[in-house]
Amino acid sequence: MALNKLKFNSLNVTPTAGKTVGFNSDADGLEATLSGGSMTFISKQTASSSSSLQFTSGIDSTYKEYLFIFTSLHFSDDACNFKFNFRDGGSNFDATKTSTTFKAHHDEADSTTALAYLNRDVANGTGDQTVAQNIGNANDESLVGYMHLFNPSSTTFVKHFMGQTQYYETNNYTETVYFAGYNNVTAAIDGVKFDASAGTIDSGTITLYGIN
Amino acid sequence: MALTKFNYNSFDLTTAASKGLAFNSNANGFETSSAGSMTLIKTLTASSSSTLSFLNGSDSVVFDSTYPVYLFKYINVHPATNAATFTFQVDTGTNTNYNTTVTSTSFLSQHDEGDSATSLAYNAAKDQAQGTSFHVLSNEIGNGNDECGNGEIYFFNPSSTTFVKHWIARALSYQSDDYIQDRFFAGYFNTTTALTRVQFKMSSGNIDAGTIKLYGIKDS
Repeated sequence: MALNKLKFNSLNVTPTAGKTVGFNSDADGLEATLSGGSMTFISKQTASSSSSLQFTSGIDSTYKEYLFIFTSLHFSDDACNFKFNFRDGGSNFDATKTSTTFKAHHDEADSTTALAYLNRDVANGTGDQTVAQNIGNANDESLVGYMHLFNPSSTTFVKHFMGQTQYYETNNYTETVYFAGYNNVTAAIDGVKFDASAGTIDSGTITLYGIN
Repeated sequence: MALTKFNYNSFDLTTAASKGLAFNSNANGFETSSAGSMTLIKTLTASSSSTLSFLNGSDSVVFDSTYPVYLFKYINVHPATNAATFTFQVDTGTNTNYNTTVTSTSFLSQHDEGDSATSLAYNAAKDQAQGTSFHVLSNEIGNGNDECGNGEIYFFNPSSTTFVKHWIARALSYQSDDYIQDRFFAGYFNTTTALTRVQFKMSSGNIDAGTIKLYGIKDS
């Protein structure tokens, strides 16, 4: 016997593309006005003594903005740097970029503070973008942060990115780095690779979201 | 007459765990939908409040390993006392001392309405070095009727029992001398004990009005 499944037009509500069926504000009828929210999980990479964490899918024209969140990244090598690069076609992560970086830091002994331009910028280069330096690798030391990537699938515009890292610096500083820049290419950006200047990413996660 | 109840498998689509029911992009069929990655957990509204506290496991507040990242947003926080500073601290377990050791950075950009002063500078007076005081957010907020503070704080992995607890904040204030102050803070609570609670208060007087919202950001 064939099953009779309820079709989209079986419900007493006007169908609306992409909307979820919910109860109305009086809870006495259905409505199709709910959406899933503007921030959508795409994928997560979990480090386990990883030489790099790579996102090679899920970055396309689905969203105009993508967000990476770095949570509790712990590195195998003391005083290493955290960096990333973009893929603009092919298999290499070597998109040409121009960027700006600055930092603030403060040590636990209260002897040093700084707010200064950080010479980890790139000037139309293809090298990696460093966004944290001299990260501690003691058991309780780690890095967090985020990066926004705007409209990576555009074939008209350069691809802007901006973000911030916050970490336990190896000399017992709290240090935060602000960075921004653009991939100076009109080819689509379709991948991002994160790694360390030495050793591996021992543990932690990087999560990719799409923003509507 | 018996009512017919429809079950999960009554609909013309393939079911998926923890998903919702939505119309597809052509509005001519069903598809599953996700709830979104950012979830409002709790809103507290000040009304001449001495403190506003978010306690994990109390009054619907979640501040544990459920989410890897938490976001507080405070909106239109108005002090009872002129030039009071909006501050926060955290604690662990069931402790209510709100004096967890913190090391932080602090810098600001500011500009007055008279266009006579601008600055961008590190502000050592508002950072902490292994301190235990309430930490500054919006500084010296005016208490004129239209004056207030707004801002946000991200907490990363606050339930970790391995790592220090990093946080990042940006705080705006209508400063009592008629400045816009845009303050940037970041740091870590230097403990490997899980954080369970966050408290906000003014440096003097009550929080006359305003709301604080707590969101969780999923990673799956």
